[in-house]
Amino acid sequence: MRALVVILLLSFSPSVTFAQQPEPQQPKQTDEFVPISQLPAQDQLPAAPLLVTAYAFVWVVLFAYMVSVGRRLTKVQHEVERLESDIAKRA
Amino acid sequence: MGLVQKIFYYHLPSAWVFLLSAIVCGIASARFLFGGSPRQDRLAHAAAELTVLFGAIVLVTGPLWARKAWGVWWQWDVRLTSSLMGWMVAWAYLLVRKYGGPGSDKLAAGLALFGMANVPFVYISVNYWRTIHPATSVVPTLPVDMGLALWFAVACFLLLFVLLLRLRVYLEEQRARLDALYLSLDE
Repeated sequence: MRALVVILLLSFSPSVTFAQQPEPQQPKQTDEFVPISQLPAQDQLPAAPLLVTAYAFVWVVLFAYMVSVGRRLTKVQHEVERLESDIAKRA
Repeated sequence: MGLVQKIFYYHLPSAWVFLLSAIVCGIASARFLFGGSPRQDRLAHAAAELTVLFGAIVLVTGPLWARKAWGVWWQWDVRLTSSLMGWMVAWAYLLVRKYGGPGSDKLAAGLALFGMANVPFVYISVNYWRTIHPATSVVPTLPVDMGLALWFAVACFLLLFVLLLRLRVYLEEQRARLDALYLSLDE
């Protein structure tokens, strides 16, 4: 009976538990060029967010620039009209 | 390269337009410096703004592509650094024009000459220095379907550049007209 208790205690002790687990495998060192397309899935970066960001940036920047030029042009033209009417009144 | 390669159709045409607008700005500035034509000055001012616009597109889309293709956002190699420098020269031009006070138009025109001198350096840099950026010889070797899409994108960007340049020059003409009206009002 005592021998059975000792065996049970030993089998549940941490040292024995660790000894039974397989050792974690270290990643293999890379000593040559590996193309991105051949990398494992977890090491690859998703392309879609980068593509969407790039296209969205181009459209937003071009649209914002056209709005900016349009607003500046409207402002200048209003001022030109105001000055022309002032000059006409003076004359 | 997959899906991310499609950034190429915006990146390359905007890069060419970026360089083209720097050349337009430089030539117009030289003609303004040596000929004194205000029309050329207005053209240079408009082209400098478009250099900043298209340069921003190049410098944002490039790193987004590079992150996937190279694994890094940025490399301090000759092509990327000289492009950044050209973009900063265009910014300097606009800042000098805005805050430089009297005589800033000629100072800015001098800056534009440096910006134009940088353009051939940007273009040929990939052929002479070691870099991970693709060389200029890549474009003629593209497959037909990629080449068609690229040249269509180039035509669209060129058309956009011409339209924006005309619109921006028109704005400068209206500003010149406004200045003339203020002067006539003072007299």
